[in-house]
Amino acid sequence: MIQLILKRLLTYIPVLLVVVIITFLMIHAAPGGPFDAERVASPEIIEKLNEAYDLDKPIHVQIYKYLYNAIQGDFGPSFKYPGRTVSELIMSGLPTTIELALYSILFAIFLGVISGLLASLNPGKILDIVPMSISLLGICIPSIILGPVLVLIFGIWYEVLPVYGWGDNPGDKILPTITLGTAYAAIFARLTRGGMLEVLGQDFIRTARAKGLSEIRIVVVHALRGGILPVISFLGPAIAGLLAGSFVVETIFQINGVGRFYVQAAFNRDYMMILGTSILFTFMTLTFVLISDIMASFLNPTLRDSGGLE
Amino acid sequence: MRIFFIVFIFLISCSGKDDSASKVDIFSEQGILLLGNGTEPSGIDPHIVTGVPEHKILLALLEGLVIFNPKNNGVLPGVASDWSISKDGLIYTFTFNPDAKWTNGEIVKPEHFVYSWERILSSELGAQYADMLYVIKNAESFHKGQIRDFNQVGVSAFKNKLVVTLENPTPYFLNILTHYATWPVHPETVEKFGGMISRNNQWTRVNNFIGNGPFKLDSWEINKSLKVTRNDLYWGNDFNKINGIEFLPIDNELTQDRLFRSGGIHLANTVPTEKIKRYREERPNELIEHNYFGTYYYRINTNKPPLNDVNFRRALSLSIDRDLIVKSILKGNQKVSYSFTPPDENSYDPNTQLEFNPVKAKLLLEESGYDINNPPLEVLYNTSEGHQKIAQAIQEMWKKHLGLNVVLTNVDWKVYLSRETQGEFDISRAGWIGDYPDPFTFLDMMVTDRGNNKTGWSNSSYDEILINAASKISTVKRYELYEEAEKILIDELPVIPLYTYTRTYLLNERVKNWQNNILDTNPYQFLSLE
Repeated sequence: MIQLILKRLLTYIPVLLVVVIITFLMIHAAPGGPFDAERVASPEIIEKLNEAYDLDKPIHVQIYKYLYNAIQGDFGPSFKYPGRTVSELIMSGLPTTIELALYSILFAIFLGVISGLLASLNPGKILDIVPMSISLLGICIPSIILGPVLVLIFGIWYEVLPVYGWGDNPGDKILPTITLGTAYAAIFARLTRGGMLEVLGQDFIRTARAKGLSEIRIVVVHALRGGILPVISFLGPAIAGLLAGSFVVETIFQINGVGRFYVQAAFNRDYMMILGTSILFTFMTLTFVLISDIMASFLNPTLRDSGGLE
Repeated sequence: MRIFFIVFIFLISCSGKDDSASKVDIFSEQGILLLGNGTEPSGIDPHIVTGVPEHKILLALLEGLVIFNPKNNGVLPGVASDWSISKDGLIYTFTFNPDAKWTNGEIVKPEHFVYSWERILSSELGAQYADMLYVIKNAESFHKGQIRDFNQVGVSAFKNKLVVTLENPTPYFLNILTHYATWPVHPETVEKFGGMISRNNQWTRVNNFIGNGPFKLDSWEINKSLKVTRNDLYWGNDFNKINGIEFLPIDNELTQDRLFRSGGIHLANTVPTEKIKRYREERPNELIEHNYFGTYYYRINTNKPPLNDVNFRRALSLSIDRDLIVKSILKGNQKVSYSFTPPDENSYDPNTQLEFNPVKAKLLLEESGYDINNPPLEVLYNTSEGHQKIAQAIQEMWKKHLGLNVVLTNVDWKVYLSRETQGEFDISRAGWIGDYPDPFTFLDMMVTDRGNNKTGWSNSSYDEILINAASKISTVKRYELYEEAEKILIDELPVIPLYTYTRTYLLNERVKNWQNNILDTNPYQFLSLE
């Protein structure tokens, strides 16, 4: 197992390298530069700025220098925020973004698994149709709509929850968590229902019932373990998606996370920041997929020896 | 579902508001202003930054020789308690206020300004606003590396006086000094944390920052807030009633609007266009609308046929119904433009006209010999619903009145800027906000080969008039010359002015002494909270 994990970790190197090179080439190919401004700076100033940030060097030299520094943990200076480094800016928002993603995923698992479970135990009945219809709605409503609607209801009409911030006022984490987590809760509900229905129809469940085990024991101990596998497998991509997708929620609720940098950097042509955030999100996606594979292999013995991690 | 509902109700019950007082109420009692400030500031180094959010913060942290007077767009004493101007208008002597101090207790000295101006004029720093100081003798030559010795630049310290020699009499020089590019930095601090020409200087960090403004830097959390507190050493504290300011970087105007309505901020610096009408009806006292020193216009690439033909450009302008754009599309009390420089009835009010006359437009188009079956021209704008609506209206007007087809192209902001600068456009939307209250900040832009001209237009008479105006001490004479230049511009139309900007924002009624001025600048020490 450890060998397989190490093997997977080694694959990070070529993936990250390719991401850096492709990102580098793409941002340099994109029209418009970091120092284009409404109030045009003189060519002499642009020249000095390019010099200051090594942009006057050939592209392969720039990539080499970037990689050389990045290996040592230096992801370069931000062009948009002079005097600040990319690492510093990312670290200023990363804990918040991770916290937001974590709460959202917990919310999504809690709500999604319970409603999926209820639906799978009552197929075709009201407890199946209602949660599944709501979940379909949850998948369809983007957070950019859901967020403001929740704010309008709970923040402005009823004034029971704060409409912005993260950790500044009591209860200000609730609306962002729900906004970000709802779509995933809906997906988890459908995955749980599907997984559970498949497991509940299998022989070992019939055997368990024949042995006279209680329904709760059958569901919780025997069925859920297999039924929840699709959820576990999806957990990695889901967390990565939550992290990358936190931009919208961070903007709506004015949360100082790293997601905002990710998108703003592209608009600002803040090359170093684009690279830094791309590396971060690639790394996190790889890591969370790896973690969910490890979890899945623990729950499913058939994956344990090889499949789950290869 | 039931469990979820119970948990949710529990969460709600243990959160939310403890009492009915909003954040704005509580902070007003403490004398602390909560300001929605647009985007996260890119920095607070006055010689490096360029944006409005940065300006709003620097206004609290630093002070120049003079302070902007929010009541009449003039100036008030700042670090300089007094000044005199030589008869020829070329030499300004500023006497320093002995009570003007840095936040570390040191007195602000004229030498600090000499250092600061040398810093911004050092080309290695890459300051984008260095040209604000070009009015000073030899400043431009020094900045462009033509002279190396800063002693040759027209600024020197003498005891408690700063003597500034200008290239030309520049009656608006004092106005320029209200711009943050001319404000001082604390030399020892700048040297300690990176040196004069380092863009990577760490002197603006919370623990390092030394300022001389009415407030001092207290905390700065990126994308969250920047807080300043009252500077007890500030010379003008007798009239400063504000204890602190929290600048909130809220770039989403809907978020800002919601925050304002829920009592989270005193000021929302923008209002979603679709909500202006509702605010006018329901909360008129909180909606502020006033003229802004800015013009929205269409920039014409005069290097390209048929746009190099003045009759063609006139036809384009004559077939635009500006009234309709202002009243039916913008609906924000904007004023129709009749000149490039926004007019001010109390000072510069040029007598130029931009009429809507489709018949004349059609005749001029015929005169230009343009074949309307030619490939359509392109109108370039940066992606924005507002720009799109205007572009669509103008496209429709040109089609209807001239039979002219144009295509609309919207691109991302940086692509738009790049294409404009490279001259890769036919017609592009543009906007300009004056840096200081003088027409020169607009008219200078259209001088031959100026970086911000971008139209390729060149007119030697226009250039000469502006050079001539620079030597005039009398403002009346200078304005007369500017009006002549303005007439040339409106006659030739390398730019087609559409409307004068209006600033529209939301201000809580607890904020008192707020002045609606064309530069939208209110030094915080003149405000109060009730």
